[in-house]
Amino acid sequence: MYAQMIKSEATQDDPEKLAAFQARIDAGEKIEPKDWMPEGYRKTLIRQIGQHAHSEIVGQLPEGNWITRAPTLERKAILLAKVQDEAGHGLYLYCAAETLGVSRDEITEMLLDGRMKYSSIFNYPTLNWADIGAVGWLVDGAAIMNQVPLQRTSFGPYSRAMIRICKEESFHQRQGYDAIRKMAEGTPEQKKMAQDALNRLWYPSLMMFGPSDKDSVHSAQSMAWKIKMNTNDELRQKFVDQTVPQAEYLGLTIPDPDLKWNEERGHYDYTDPDWSEFFDVIKGNGPCNVDRLAARNKAWDDGAWVRDGLLAHAKKKAARQHAAE
Amino acid sequence: MKNEWPLWEIFIRGQHGMSHRHVGSLHAPDAEMAIKNARDVYTRRNEGVSIWVVEANHIAASSPSDKGPLYEPSESKVYRHPTFFDIPEEVGAM
Repeated sequence: MYAQMIKSEATQDDPEKLAAFQARIDAGEKIEPKDWMPEGYRKTLIRQIGQHAHSEIVGQLPEGNWITRAPTLERKAILLAKVQDEAGHGLYLYCAAETLGVSRDEITEMLLDGRMKYSSIFNYPTLNWADIGAVGWLVDGAAIMNQVPLQRTSFGPYSRAMIRICKEESFHQRQGYDAIRKMAEGTPEQKKMAQDALNRLWYPSLMMFGPSDKDSVHSAQSMAWKIKMNTNDELRQKFVDQTVPQAEYLGLTIPDPDLKWNEERGHYDYTDPDWSEFFDVIKGNGPCNVDRLAARNKAWDDGAWVRDGLLAHAKKKAARQHAAE
Repeated sequence: MKNEWPLWEIFIRGQHGMSHRHVGSLHAPDAEMAIKNARDVYTRRNEGVSIWVVEANHIAASSPSDKGPLYEPSESKVYRHPTFFDIPEEVGAM
């Protein structure tokens, strides 16, 4: 997902306080920033919300890459609006993380120096316009699977950020499907490009949900705390079940010869992605890891004089006003 | 990195006649920029007709541990609610 393999922190708090905290969560109460919370809950959430926020921000790069080359003015305006939304989503989430006692600069620094991660998916390139359609359809489609249940997460600010994000996310997926449908229904060359985009992005999209539950050691605590609402495999299955008929409608083939409907389970059987590739990308060896981090660092460094200048101006203005009073 | 812009809390009036509601926060160097940023971050889809911004460190908040002393006293004052009083049917709507 946008937050993958979040390690949940061990907690060494007073057992009585922990039990009362768990009881509040079990009763469906929201935890607010000033409420008592276990240190592990706080730290795990900072890591999870932070990684989610970083993913929104880094996720602007592969799409921003095509704004100036969108095929029509309308597609360009739509893509601009979508990329602007991603910036907004990042900001909602950073603010939610900040309520847990981490500053914006700290969390930004952790992305820039590689201490914090963002979703593996954004380390894949967008090679042509068909990829932009496929990203909206598949990547945002996969993100929604996780974001919808997270609206009910136990931490108030995170839940509220998720509600805002979900309101906007459906636009993202639908514009992507619309863009790739145009190509799938276009000339044979265009249809070929759409199929090629699906071929390349299918498995990386499945990887977004993180490794299989049997290998995911941190799920149980996070699920008890209601900061993870479903297991990775549950969400991945849901995504496959939803996406297969959408691909069929387009006349495109999911690049998985073993994909077939399982009558007994009531789900599609599918092939797992190559997890060694996933771990390699997470480690920094994906096709775009270096470019993505370099772009974020450059933006941060190049923006320094603007941040400093505006703050200096604000201080000067405030001092002048103060003197006049 | 010590030059972080202050945090502002953002309140938006969704429609005419409604009160401003807290929608979230953002960083900005001053109030003017906070309003401009709030417009971009929180009203991209006609969510508002008016924006208030307040620097977050100017907000004083009650503490969760005061919940008892602050709110429990009103629990025993059921007579504050109109339904506490039985009005005879013959009297009509009141």
